[in-house]
Amino acid sequence: MISDLDQHLAEAATAIATAGDLDAMRTVNSELLGKQSVVTEARKTLGGLDEDERKAVGQRLNEVRAEIEALVAARRSALEGEARAEQLEEERLDLTELDRGRRLGHRHVVTQTWERLEDLFVGMGYTVSEGPEIEDEWHNFGALNFPPDHPARDMYDTLYVDHGEPGSTLLRTHTSPVQIRVMEAGEPPIYSIMPGRVFRSDTADATHMPVFHQIEGLVVDRGITFGDLAGTLEAFTRAYFGGDFTSRLRPSYFPFTEPSAEFDIRRPDGTWLELAGCGMVHPNVLAACDLDPEEWSGFAFGFGLDRLALMRHGIDDLRELFRNDHRFLSQF
Amino acid sequence: MKVLLSWLQEFAPVSGDPGEIGDQLSELGLAVEGITTVGAGLDGVVVARVLDLRPHPDADRIQLVDVDVGDGEALQICCGAFNMSAGDLVPLATLGTTMPNGMEIARRKMRGEWSNGMLCAADEIGLGADDEGILILDDDHELGRPLAEALELRPDVLYDLEVNPNRPDAMSVAGVARDLAARQGVPFARPEPSPDEAGEDAARRLTVDVLDLDLCGRFAVRVLDGVSIGPSPRWMANRLTALGMRPINRVVDVSNYVMLELGQPNHTYDLDAVQGGALRVRRATEGETVETLDGVVRTLSATDGVIADGNDEAIGIAGIMGGASTEISESTTSVALEMAWWDPISITRSARRLGLRSEASARFERGADPEVADLAMRRFAELLAESGATLTPGMVDVRGNTPARETIRVRTDRVNGLLGTGLERDEIAGLLESIEFSTRPADDDLDVDIPSFRPDSATEIDVVEEVARIYGYHRIARTVPQSTLTGSLTPYQTDRRAVRSAMVGMGLDEVMPVPFLAPGDLERAGLESDGITVSNPLVAEESVMRASLRPGILKTLVYNASHRLHSLGVFEVGHVYRRPDGNQPLPDEREHLAVALAGQDAGAAVGVFSALADALDARRYHLAAHVTPGLHPTRTAQIDVDGVPVGYVGEVDPGVLDAFGVDERVGWLEVDLEVLLGLPHGGRPYRPVSRYPSSDIDLAFEVDEATPAADVEAHLREAAGDLLADLTLFDVFRGAPVADGRRSLAFTLRFQADDRTLTDGEVAEVRKCCIDAVQGSLPAILRG
Repeated sequence: MISDLDQHLAEAATAIATAGDLDAMRTVNSELLGKQSVVTEARKTLGGLDEDERKAVGQRLNEVRAEIEALVAARRSALEGEARAEQLEEERLDLTELDRGRRLGHRHVVTQTWERLEDLFVGMGYTVSEGPEIEDEWHNFGALNFPPDHPARDMYDTLYVDHGEPGSTLLRTHTSPVQIRVMEAGEPPIYSIMPGRVFRSDTADATHMPVFHQIEGLVVDRGITFGDLAGTLEAFTRAYFGGDFTSRLRPSYFPFTEPSAEFDIRRPDGTWLELAGCGMVHPNVLAACDLDPEEWSGFAFGFGLDRLALMRHGIDDLRELFRNDHRFLSQF
Repeated sequence: MKVLLSWLQEFAPVSGDPGEIGDQLSELGLAVEGITTVGAGLDGVVVARVLDLRPHPDADRIQLVDVDVGDGEALQICCGAFNMSAGDLVPLATLGTTMPNGMEIARRKMRGEWSNGMLCAADEIGLGADDEGILILDDDHELGRPLAEALELRPDVLYDLEVNPNRPDAMSVAGVARDLAARQGVPFARPEPSPDEAGEDAARRLTVDVLDLDLCGRFAVRVLDGVSIGPSPRWMANRLTALGMRPINRVVDVSNYVMLELGQPNHTYDLDAVQGGALRVRRATEGETVETLDGVVRTLSATDGVIADGNDEAIGIAGIMGGASTEISESTTSVALEMAWWDPISITRSARRLGLRSEASARFERGADPEVADLAMRRFAELLAESGATLTPGMVDVRGNTPARETIRVRTDRVNGLLGTGLERDEIAGLLESIEFSTRPADDDLDVDIPSFRPDSATEIDVVEEVARIYGYHRIARTVPQSTLTGSLTPYQTDRRAVRSAMVGMGLDEVMPVPFLAPGDLERAGLESDGITVSNPLVAEESVMRASLRPGILKTLVYNASHRLHSLGVFEVGHVYRRPDGNQPLPDEREHLAVALAGQDAGAAVGVFSALADALDARRYHLAAHVTPGLHPTRTAQIDVDGVPVGYVGEVDPGVLDAFGVDERVGWLEVDLEVLLGLPHGGRPYRPVSRYPSSDIDLAFEVDEATPAADVEAHLREAAGDLLADLTLFDVFRGAPVADGRRSLAFTLRFQADDRTLTDGEVAEVRKCCIDAVQGSLPAILRG
């Protein structure tokens, strides 16, 4: 009896090993462990044996059954693994073939520079103000202490538009009129920057455009000094360009600031770059905005935003910014 | 303004290496645009005579020149200039010479012909900016003589300064020297010439009548006798050349020299040619003409100032240019020397109107020194005395109106309060005295008298600037004021960033066309032509301000297509300008967003808008078919948000695309950002997520083409009420079995309650409500 079981186990092992796939395994499983299987049938005959023999055969029968079950499980697991591997192989992809270069769009490089500057000054406690691009003569010149016929007006090649009296309405030549609008709109303290688009009657070339962008800064508070202007621009220089840049102020002239200065930055290679005009807000400008120059003082600065964009990316022609060539735009 | 170091040193013992002095000038506000060493580095450059000129056998752009350097031998030079003739004297850089720019001259072959040196242009040897051809020398030099010796050149440093409009005093060598001396702490003085005087008093020689005292603040005349025309001394010619003026003859040269040195423009009349011995200063009559020194007949207007003679004939334009009729000539012996002060605004207007900017007008426009005439007259006579000219006694000096100069109280506290310095009263006085502002203590403050050469300084703040300038901006301690505000963007600015982010997230590139359009661009885009126009455009193509972003973007698409860049998706955020309603002071200017999807249809544009609405959380929008000029009449919808129109979505009209030359469909979105972002959006309260199961049902309706899907959806939403968790239009189908002119719209509705599991009965009930709502209100039939 026991030898029959041993014999059966050997045959079962062969059958399990030769089952070729999971379907065959299901058949083998039912043949070897199902209701009509040898091990099931054998259990039914145990009752007819004497006690010792029943014990010996029963024990062996359990062992054989367990062994068959283990063999079946192992074989099934192996076959499942093979089937999964086959399926995975069928799913194989060449991912490089699928890389179609899906892309996001691109902010214009001027916008990127604009937002960087906004973020920097917002971090220093400034708000951001804007004003109209088509301005009146008062905000662009008069309130900024440019008397009529003053030669300083010639510093700006102004484009006028056909609105209102001739000469009354113009394309703003700088962002400085926004200073006036900010001061007219509310009481100091004012800590604000004013980015925007400006216009000059300039023929387009590598360094000039009839349209370009500036950013203006205005601080009006009690006790603001020229030292505050110099310190603020130095802090800006280091924050924007890096700790290895420094700045200097040189005397200059603008009707709306006094003392006035040019703001230069010193590059790490020791060369200087003229970046901005600045100065203490002229008392006449404060007075034009109904602010008492004895109570309030302030400083203002303004510089070209496009040039910062050109510098950052090594672009050598201002016109590229406005040409809108996709091969240019998609680089930033 | 250009200045030579040696010239500055005639006024003050300034010193330092050239670069250091350059930095000091810049720190004084006289920005140095160039520093050139002149009259040095010319060892090896000698005087040579051109013997013969021959074409180069193998080159068109160079010729062969034989020159003699004094040994009688013909030395062959290859030369790229063609302006000399046989017999001319020219500078030759001999073999072994190192030029000022570092180039070494060696014997070399050019296209097969030997060149034994180099002939020099003026700019190559630091003698002015002229680079057109070889410098031709006056015919009185010994051949082979070193050029520096022959031309009496001294090593010197030339500074090219940018002078701001508020600094007329720095339009003179003396003015620059004054600033530099103050900076270096050395004494400054203008030498006082005292030329001999002889002959009849000026007042007996001519009369002066100033008829317009606002135009002419001062008109001073002296007379010189024994004047003759001839070349200036070499040193003077060299200085004028270095400062960019061409030597002409000794009278003209002295006139220029005095102007450059002291800043006083001046004019010489041939006294015998002045009819009636009278000079009359008046405004021109409209249409009056005068022939100026340059031989041009100028027509004047009533705002120009003129100098007329005894017959009241104009013989010069005030402050701008003298006339031809009284010009100094070979026959001149007596000269009337005019030194005037003209009203800056009048001169500015006239110079601008006449398109005639001279060295004189540049100085008068900024405001000349009304008190320097006496000194300048004597300097003029001194310089001309060597040639035998004599100054006669007396000066005819008529005064008109010049700006009043009042004593200015300068408060020490104000100076320090504005600059952030801690200067004592007497330190401030010292700084001001160094530039000839005279001061008197007034308690803790100062009373300051402004010198006549500083018309820009008229108020306390002007003096504060001078204190800062002479003290040195770089010496003022830097501080950073602590903003008492919270730095922030406005909600609009924050939202605008979200708009750009959404567009970039949709794969669109931001474009920035110029906001100028050509006439006709708006009409081509189907828009009204009544745009704001530029009154003084540079070119007609840039004479109209855009009333819409559409033309600029379409041109951008065309530009890219011409470079074979098709099917671009782009967006722009920018201002548009329109005529305002009523009598507004400024045009109606607002910020728009526009999106163009080349090669895509209206559906893609709607997708961009819904993404935008999602980004802004502005979900209560409605699209309604709309016909608007320039956009596709059957593929465009007006966008309403909360019932307010904010823009259009759809496609560009094919006729407009043809007009611009765009050869693919263009999906289009345009939004008035100021309106859209001004409407309520975002900030919705949190709605808890239901923990109960949901049930989905699908409903398909056959609907005629005239009924918008949005209407069906609206009825479904209303009928489903609070139980509706989600609604999606998942299929649109046309064709059999759906009847012609109709289509099937299939929706999935998901129902869910916050507080319970919905029963089948509840779902069936709400389903029925939905069906009844749609079928009852719209020409729609539920499909089986």
